[in-house]
Formats: sequence, structure tokens, C-alpha cells
Amino acid sequence: MTIQMKNLSRRKVLQGMGAVSGLVLAAPIISRSVIADAHSEDTGLSSSVYLMLDTDGTVNIQIHRVEMGQGSRTGLPQIIADELDADWSRINFMPAYGDKKFGDQNTDGSTSIRMFFTAFQQAGAAARAMLVQAAANEWGVAVSDVDAENHRLINKVTGASEDFAHFVDAASELPVPANDTLTFKAKNMRKYIGKPVRNIYMNDIITGSSQFGQDVMRDGMLFAVAARPPVAGGKINTFDKAAAMAVDGVVDVVELPTLSGGFSFKPLGGVAVVATNTWAALKGREALNATFEGGDNADYDTTAFEQALWQSIDGKDNAFLTRGNADAALESADKTYQADYFVPHQSHAPMEPPSATAEWQGDDLQMWVCCQDPQSVQNTVAAYVGKKPEEIYVEATLLGGAFGRKSKPDFAVEAALLAKHTGKPVKMVWMREDDMRHGYYHTIAAQRTHAAVKDGKVTAWKHKAAYPSIGGTFDPAATGPGGFEMGLGLTDIPFEIDNLQVNSGDAKAHVRIGWVRSVANIQQAFALGSFVDEIAQGEGKRTDDLWMELIGSDRIVDPTSEGVEYGNYGMSKETHPIDTARLKAVLKKVVDMSGYGKDMPKGKAIGISVHRSFVSYVASAIEVDVSDSGELKVPRAWMAVDCGLAVNPDRVKSQMEGAVLFGMTIALHGEITAENGAIVQGNYDTYPVCRIDEAPHVEVAIMDVDAPPGGVGEPGVPPVAPALANAIFAATGKRIRRLPIRDQLMA
Amino acid sequence: MKAKINGQAIEYNGDGEMPLLWYLRDIEGMTGTKFGCGAGLCGACTVHVDGVAVRSCQTFMEDVDGTEIKTIEGLASGETLHALQEAWAENDVPQCGYCQAGQIMQAASLLSENPNPTDQEIDDAMYGNICRCGTYQRIKAAIRSVAGDA
Repeated sequence: MTIQMKNLSRRKVLQGMGAVSGLVLAAPIISRSVIADAHSEDTGLSSSVYLMLDTDGTVNIQIHRVEMGQGSRTGLPQIIADELDADWSRINFMPAYGDKKFGDQNTDGSTSIRMFFTAFQQAGAAARAMLVQAAANEWGVAVSDVDAENHRLINKVTGASEDFAHFVDAASELPVPANDTLTFKAKNMRKYIGKPVRNIYMNDIITGSSQFGQDVMRDGMLFAVAARPPVAGGKINTFDKAAAMAVDGVVDVVELPTLSGGFSFKPLGGVAVVATNTWAALKGREALNATFEGGDNADYDTTAFEQALWQSIDGKDNAFLTRGNADAALESADKTYQADYFVPHQSHAPMEPPSATAEWQGDDLQMWVCCQDPQSVQNTVAAYVGKKPEEIYVEATLLGGAFGRKSKPDFAVEAALLAKHTGKPVKMVWMREDDMRHGYYHTIAAQRTHAAVKDGKVTAWKHKAAYPSIGGTFDPAATGPGGFEMGLGLTDIPFEIDNLQVNSGDAKAHVRIGWVRSVANIQQAFALGSFVDEIAQGEGKRTDDLWMELIGSDRIVDPTSEGVEYGNYGMSKETHPIDTARLKAVLKKVVDMSGYGKDMPKGKAIGISVHRSFVSYVASAIEVDVSDSGELKVPRAWMAVDCGLAVNPDRVKSQMEGAVLFGMTIALHGEITAENGAIVQGNYDTYPVCRIDEAPHVEVAIMDVDAPPGGVGEPGVPPVAPALANAIFAATGKRIRRLPIRDQLMA
Repeated sequence: MKAKINGQAIEYNGDGEMPLLWYLRDIEGMTGTKFGCGAGLCGACTVHVDGVAVRSCQTFMEDVDGTEIKTIEGLASGETLHALQEAWAENDVPQCGYCQAGQIMQAASLLSENPNPTDQEIDDAMYGNICRCGTYQRIKAAIRSVAGDA
């Protein structure tokens, strides 16, 4: 999730761009130079860089975003197919390859649908209008006398009809209609948008023919694994090349460039073993007996660092939002509350560890990578191989989970270098331990919250967060949370109270910090949702009632009106405002669904929380069943989501189901620790994730609203951990302020 | 050593300690069997050896001599999908899909031994197969929809 770190002016500049002459329709996110590129590639009817019709009527949809389970590569074509009135079975889904002409391809931040809905609508509607015009011309009837339905054009005067294919040539000679002349389908006429269309990869997945990054095979390909410095920023010291070369199947041992300067997306260095198969490469790696030097981060110890974070919480405040005077209100309160919350580093731990395959043919480099952003692969690799980014062909394979890890293409550079060195196609295979020990971790966060209550009302909220910033990965001088991180739940707190203070404390990064599904919302929503519950319990109120009081009246919250630099997840505040009515509505919905507040047997309870992130609103209710000995079960969970228009309701539902498990893993198990600068955990035994026996039955409600699409992949995660912790409190009286819960409930 | 993979005879004379996983993926190019952890902890690499689900990352080539191995590529009978593959589609189980071959192979082994498992027996049998996307609820539903018909 890097939306806030990007220069958004490009989008602004291009917004409202009209049509250009020729066959290519300008989408608001496509630059002008790129339109010419797309034009020159035309061989059929193109209404945008995302859509081309062949003369046999095949609809080629260039889905420029990648698929990691979130459903974008099914959802985006649904939009075009609907506006085009296409037959779903005649669509050719084209793989994503990196090219600036497509606009932003960084598939993270839950952006694919919300940022490209309009462009895909326009592509489909423009192509339909061109086909309709071609048919009207041929039939000598008015455009209004031509209709399109399921890949056919219908002459409403005569009742005759013809397949799209018949009109492609004639339509391709017509000008692309201007965006402001396009009409889109009414909601009740939609055939694909808003319908549960099946995952386009279903058959491949269930028969084992789907191709992920780890599955790429090329003729004569070699397989590589690497021994990397256990401390980020360290370097290789000694290794036994001869011993590794002596292993049957090992072809080469190649030193990788030592990392210097900031981390960014650079590979970590170390030494790679290239072999005829992965097993031989692994045996070769063991034979290397590699030793390393630690470097600047060799002292990093998460236990000690946690203490440093609390000192930072006690120390200097960096103010991000000041409304009224929270300190004064705390002084004059009838009652005050204070709590400290801690969330440790997390690993993405996608089922597919990173992998990249590179092949050089002469000076041409082709790559197949399980990447979230093929353009980022181009840019990062280019710097290492002396090419321009646009000269490298990068195709994104399917991703076996990603959760943010595969936005960082360090592993792709390794493959490109090894392929160049050996002169053969090389697949760089990361082991599970490589993934866990050489990740871009979720940060490690301490937070302190205060609240003042006077005359039964919360009059002040003070919130301080200290954690290393993602910014530290790109700028070693960064210290403490950036505005883009504080804007993920804290500077956008939607509370209608007089005194609000949001501060940060300094903290420096000693590992590569990255974005993990829902990013800083993870810890910030945990503290927010837990603390609301703590105050409610202390005041003898229902937690939903206190949320409603704090959120207050129906209104639009605009953090920029209080001097906050607020990114709003890259969306305009006009189309995607912070709307308190929508926030309250999901909370009310989840309370109704779950029966929160009803009497339950001893040891059982339901907890709730609610959070807006990625311009969507999600409320969670989690039921727990805790035995006398502290054994925890989560039998049921409820999720109410308002993501605006749900393009594919079943994928929205599945993302919410999955978010419950992702959030539960953070709450129950997730903890990455470092000792002497090295990550301690290595595999799913030391970094457990939720298994089937822990999976609750999840019910999902998608709010029926008239609003543009919001994010889906990430916003389900933030409210889960606080709802679970609140349920535990209600069931046992034990307040969870530190994640993971692990064995904290054991007697 | 000799074995059969999805009915096809193979002969292998290399390192007997090579895990079946890497033989399938790197030597045979059968990438339907996935690499997830290499330590028997996640189940992504599950295949059948003589009809029983095993973790191919923990199964050495020297141990499969004379066996019949079935992978996800061989689960369907020609064009006819296994009932579990159909159920996986009907329930829209996969998200990213990476673990699902292993999940399906594990479930197929369960149902061949116990055609009508209880919920607890499903949990027990599927415990070793991780899905990081969190599709467990639909995995259970898909297995239940087939159980009893097998």
C-alpha cells in the first residue's frame, strides 16, 4: 500500500481529458504519449489500451493488474463486458505485462477496481458505441434503432441481428467517441457488474494447470537459491565455493551484489547457487557454509527495541492533529482512561514464496515474476542490468498470495543477474525460510491512548503512536511514522469530540519495513477499537452505543480542514468522503446480524469493532468461547462491509471471509522477532498462521449503497483483532493490550 | 527406481534423497504440485502415493520405488473432473489458488478412506493444509457437499 507516497498530480492533470482522434480512447489515467503507442499497435478495434476486438469478434481485455486472490482480474473484465454487452465466453483475458501506457499497475492498496472502474467502463461503452454506429451506418437506421445484446447488434426496425464480428472492421474506421458522450448502463440493466461471476482461473486452479511465479518453466532453465545475509544491510564474509560446486547438479556459484545505501527494493546480497534442479541448489547452498558480517543492524533485538518504543512514547511528541486542548480536558475530567497497546512485526507469509524467472536472448531480457507491480520490476531490475526499464519485458504470473510482499521486487533482480551471468534462463526460488527471514515486515508498534469523560461524555481523546516507518525502507534517515501512516486510522479519526490530539513518537527502522495487508491500520484500529471498548466497559455502556456517541452526527469528516495532510487512499474527498452515516450503518448492521449484547453462557461473548480504510467501511463482530483453562475458540464471525458498488459480490464476500482469518492470525499468533539483527522465525512452525480448526463460520453482509467502488482486499482486516480482543474481555474479564494473544488466556 | 505417475511409468537413477516434490516440479515439469514450506508444515505439496495423501516435500525418491503416484494433474478421469474439483468450483473456494491443489488432494484422500466424515473429522484431516487467504469455510462446505455421495 503506497498510495500516499505517490505523486498524485499525474492523475489530477489527466482527469477530464477528453477523447483523442483515432481509435484509442483516453482513460483518465493514461498519459498522452502512451496513447500514441497503443494506437500504433492496433490491428482490430481498440477503444482503449485495455480493450481490443479481433475481427472474429473475440474481445481481448488487457487486464493490467495482477491476481493474488483478491479477484481484480475477474472484476475488471466484468466492467468492460457489461458496458460492451459482450458474451463472457468470448473474452480473451490477457496477462499483465509491465508498461507505463497502462497507468498504475501496482496492485496494492486495494486500488484496482476503485481506481480503474471508470476507465474500464469507458473502454467498454466506447467500443459498444462504435459498433452500434457501424451497424446503424450499414443498416441505414438511426443509432437509437440499434441495440446490443450478448455480442450481437440488433436492428430494432427489422428485428434482424448480427454478431459483433461482422462490424469490427467498419467500427475500427470510426472515431472514438468523446468520454462525455458515453452513456453507461443503468444499475438494473447490468448483467455482469454486481453479479457473482466465477474466478476466471477456476478451472486452472482445480486441475493444477495455473501458473504461479514458482511454476515458470523455460527450456534449458536452471534453478537458483541463495544464502543471504541474516541481518538486513549485512554482507557475505566467507563461503566454500568448491564444496558447493562439488554437489552433483550444481552449475555455478555466484556472488550477488552487496546492498549499500538505503534498502529500497534492492536485493540483499549474499551468494547464489545455480543448479539443474532446486534440490541440488539447496544441497549446494548447505555446502557453501557461508558466513556473514552483520553491519549496522547487527544489534537489533526486538525485546530491547520494544523498551525503546515505550521510551519514545514517554518522550517527545510530534503533533499530527490538534483539536481543542486534550491535556486540559484530561485535567478537568470526572474520570480518565489510559491504555498501552503493542503490536509486533508481522510477516506476509504468502503460501507461494517469492520467485522470479529471467531469460536473456542476446541483449533482450524477459522475465516472469509473481510481482504485484511489473513496472516496479522493470524499474528496479533496469538499474542492475544497464537497460532502460521499458526495454525489459516483465510478465506478472499469478501470485500465490502476496499481501504486499510481492510489491517489492528484490528477488527479481537476483534472477536477472543470475540469468545474465550463466547465459541460461534462471528461476530464482525462495524457500519458506528465505521469505520469512528476508521479508519487508509489518512494523513494530507501541501506542498510548488517553480519554477524558465528563458528565458521562467523552470530552477528549489523545493518541500517540511510535513505530518505525515504511519510509525508513526508502530513506534511512526516516524516524517514526509518516503522515501517510498516521492517516491510516488516526488523523482521520471520525470522532465528534471537542478535544482530539494525535501524536507520534520517533522510532528508527532496523529491518526492511514494508506494507502488509491493511498496513498501519492493523495496529491503529486495534488500539482504537480496543480503547473504545475499554471506555464503554468503564462507563457501563454498550460498546456500539459509545461508538455512535463518539462518531456523532451524520456528516462528512475532512481531516484537511484541520490542517492534516490527508491522502484519503489516493481518492478524491468528493467521490470518496469520510461519511459518518456509512460508518455507523455498518456498525448497526453487524450488531443486528450478530445479536451483539444478548445474554450468552459463561465463557462465551461477542465483541465488535468498526473501521474505515481504503475508502470502505467494515464492522466486525467476533464470537469467542473460552474454556475455564483458557482454551479459546472462535465459533462465528460477522462482517458488514460498505465498499460502495460491489462489482463482484462473491469476491467481496470471500475477501471478508479471508480477512477474518488474516486478522485472527495477527491477533492470535503473528509475531516476528529479531535477535542480533537476524529474524528468529523461519517456517510455519515458528510463525503459525490460522489453520482450518480455528476457522469460524463467517457471515458477510454487503451494504446496498449508491456509491462508487471502494477497496475490498484490505479493509476487512483492521476491525477483526479489536473485535476479537473485546470479545475475550467480555467473556473472561481479561483485557488484551498486546498482540499476539497466543497463550495469554491460559490459567 | 521405477514408479508410475498418473499412470505413466517413470525411471529415475539420480539422488535418492531428492524429495518427490522437486522431482515432480523440476524434472518432470509437473508444477501442479506446489512448493509452500519444504518442511511438511503446510500441505501445499500433497500428492497420493498408493492412494494415500503424503507431503511430497517429505517423501524421498528412494521411498517411492514401485509405487503409484497421483498428482492433481491426474485427479480427473480424462475430461471428467473429480467430484471434489466440481465442488471446489461450485463453492468458489479458491482465492489465490496456490494451496488448493494440496487441499483437494488431501480431501480426496480423506473421502476415499472415510466417505462421510464428521465436521471434526474434516478438521482433523485438513489440519495440515494451510490456506493463508483463509478459504477454510468454503473448503469445509465443498467437502461436505461431496461427502456421502462418494
